[in-house]
Amino acid sequence: MISKIISEEKTNIIEEVNLASKKEAGDTIQKLDKTATMYTYASTEKGNVKVKLKLSDEKIKKIQEICQLFNNEAGELINVLHQTQHALGYLPAEVQEVIAHSLNVSTAHVYGVVTFYSYFTMIPKGRFPISICTGTACYVRGAEKVLEEFKRQLGIVVGETSADGKFSLSCLRCVGACGLAPVVLVGEKVYGRVSPDGVKAIIEAYKDK
Amino acid sequence: MTKVTSLADLKKMKEVLDAERAKYTKHLHVCGGTGCHAAQSIGLDANLKEILADKGLNQEVQVTMTGCFGFCEKGPIVKVVHDNTFYTEVTPKDARDIVDEHIVKGSKINRLLYTDPVTNEQVSDSQQMGFYKKQHRIALRNCGAINPENIEDSIINDGYLALGKVLTQLDAQQTIDIIKKSGLRGRGGGGFPTGLKWDITSKVTADQKYVVCNADEGDPGAFMDRAILEGDPHSVIEAMAICGYSIGASIGLVYIRAEYPLAITRLKMAINQARELGLLGKNILGKGFDFDIELRYGAGAFVCGEETALIHSMEGLRGEPTFKPPFPSVSGYLGKPTNVNNVETFANIPVIINNGAEWFASIGTEKSKGTKVFALAGKINNVGLIEVPMGITLREIIFEIGGGIKDGKKFKAVQTGGPSGGCLTEKHLDTPIDYDNLVEVGSMMGSGGMIVLDEDDCMVSVAKFYLDFIVEESCGKCTPCRIGNKRLYEILEKITQGKGTMEDMERLKNLSSVIKDTSLCGLGQTSPNPVLSTIQNFKEEYLEHIIDKKCRSGQCKALLHYDIEAELCVGCTACKRCCPVNAITGDKKQPHVINQDICIKCGACEEKCAFDAISIKLEKKIHTEHGND
Repeated sequence: MISKIISEEKTNIIEEVNLASKKEAGDTIQKLDKTATMYTYASTEKGNVKVKLKLSDEKIKKIQEICQLFNNEAGELINVLHQTQHALGYLPAEVQEVIAHSLNVSTAHVYGVVTFYSYFTMIPKGRFPISICTGTACYVRGAEKVLEEFKRQLGIVVGETSADGKFSLSCLRCVGACGLAPVVLVGEKVYGRVSPDGVKAIIEAYKDK
Repeated sequence: MTKVTSLADLKKMKEVLDAERAKYTKHLHVCGGTGCHAAQSIGLDANLKEILADKGLNQEVQVTMTGCFGFCEKGPIVKVVHDNTFYTEVTPKDARDIVDEHIVKGSKINRLLYTDPVTNEQVSDSQQMGFYKKQHRIALRNCGAINPENIEDSIINDGYLALGKVLTQLDAQQTIDIIKKSGLRGRGGGGFPTGLKWDITSKVTADQKYVVCNADEGDPGAFMDRAILEGDPHSVIEAMAICGYSIGASIGLVYIRAEYPLAITRLKMAINQARELGLLGKNILGKGFDFDIELRYGAGAFVCGEETALIHSMEGLRGEPTFKPPFPSVSGYLGKPTNVNNVETFANIPVIINNGAEWFASIGTEKSKGTKVFALAGKINNVGLIEVPMGITLREIIFEIGGGIKDGKKFKAVQTGGPSGGCLTEKHLDTPIDYDNLVEVGSMMGSGGMIVLDEDDCMVSVAKFYLDFIVEESCGKCTPCRIGNKRLYEILEKITQGKGTMEDMERLKNLSSVIKDTSLCGLGQTSPNPVLSTIQNFKEEYLEHIIDKKCRSGQCKALLHYDIEAELCVGCTACKRCCPVNAITGDKKQPHVINQDICIKCGACEEKCAFDAISIKLEKKIHTEHGND
């Protein structure tokens, strides 16, 4: 069973599998199409695998609707990606393929844009995404130590999601609350003047939610 | 809302609103900026309103949630307007005292007043506070003074009067001439004369032109554009319309960071309200001028602050810059003439039109007119957003407005201009700040980030921090920036690891000058600034890292070690038990020893030791026969 979807760069593929019968977030996993150009990389209990997600019809329809909202114009790609990510939580390869098809551009073009901007993610975020501000003001007031503590406590690195899908860790540059540096965001809630000692309490607050 | 169809209508509306406002005898302003939002100012606002309503005072006292006051260090802020009392660090629970004591009985609440860190005296009047005394707020004039979610508040404060004046009394060229004469220069960092930019765009003939507002504030540690959009969105909308009229454009686009949800909400709200009143749309104020504004969202790419990259991003492409010329003024968004200005630049426009070019040009220095907003942050007492006249010195900013260095530490450097700026030191403290002086001393204005560093900061690490940012944000299009900055970062990493050589110093300098000379856009051309300015001003620190293998501030972990003082160690084994890598050995009741080869310098043992026997030593321990690496 797939436990989480991981980023391409961090993947050391052990096998390419057909997990057609397994379900992941409402999407079935297709038999690997050798001619496909983009895959989703996932970790299973056996190790990392390269798979092809089969999106549910419902999701495909949703993506197509978003594209339609912007008249399927290629120039609106970034707006489409924003809305799609907002609706689905992330932009895996298969979603990008649907968008490319609707806007009549190549998947490579969509992939190029998705990977260019740090706001877009191909990995699902946790239910409580944790972002640590590593802007200069927070950096000089010790953000790095706070980040290290989050990594240690959650056992994940920046860009990953915890195995239970609860927390994901990311860095962001300046939320404009420099008076409260160092700043940590959990979802949209802002925690100010966070010290490494305060990390545990923040995580605890979401443990049972 | 009924539409405003002429300037007379607008003035009439202002009169009516003024009269309504006059019904209130007292006003309370509560800060609703992002920093104060995070510190529960919404609950405070609600409590104040509820308590006033309970006491039947809500017809006399008006509570307004405003934009950022700038004094983020001490937020949330409440200002009692009629006697200019400035309360700091107010919690929702304090609402009752503010109403009972101050509003009803008229006595000020001492515990909420600001205490000056230098004189230790309480100051109640914001005008007398060091933080505000030397400020001159033009772009931020309405931030902290109006409710940004209500266009009426803006109109009471002369909103859209400048647009009215331009549409009824001036032609396009006359408007451009006023901006030219005012000497306003682009506040996004480049400092290009705004009037000249408008002039060039206006002279190009095309069937469609665009006004673009660059709100993709990417500098880590700079948040002035966000404060303006959150605190006074109407002045930006008004200025964009004035620009549209001047250059002949009917469409305005705001390129804004998706990471600024509050600014987006308020801007959208403001655009809708302006449309409802007919201040955006067709035939504005009955003068036959059409103008409307749309939003475009950034997606977290620093390089998109560069105007050609920004335009590509708006077109749905990767935000990679292209070679100039052609300048956007000639061929920009969708190949049409496009005028790109920054948020802060726009915020100055309505005041210049209302007060005149001469008034604006009388503020500032010879070549840099007006004021500049700076985001003051880092190791400083008064973190916040300030607006000061050009020509003010760093000393005035840091020690008078900023209230000096936090915790009584010693000032070391101030980093201006964001990741592409430079670090200035003690000897630059009395340099008057303007565009040209900052470039001369090896930094730049940038968008106005100002990060203060103290004696605990390692300058090599600071340079490495900025290079790390640049490496991540380089778009990768041109080789010098993509590969050169990566190499710069690696050399700095090597030095902070204690593995640097003297040749590395030369390499850093040579590589920096190549990157500066050969990069495609402004990002690459300025990216080595942090390295060059720290080498120039803190060469001795680099040499210490390289020759003595020492980091004087203890920031570079590889260059320090933990040591157990044998005389102080009682052999309680607490450190041994908490060490995550089993680097500590020793028998019970015998002094323990740290094996430096295994130690990962996590500091856990130092924290655990109850006898202060474990301490950090500021040099690399030479622990093997093979020398010091």
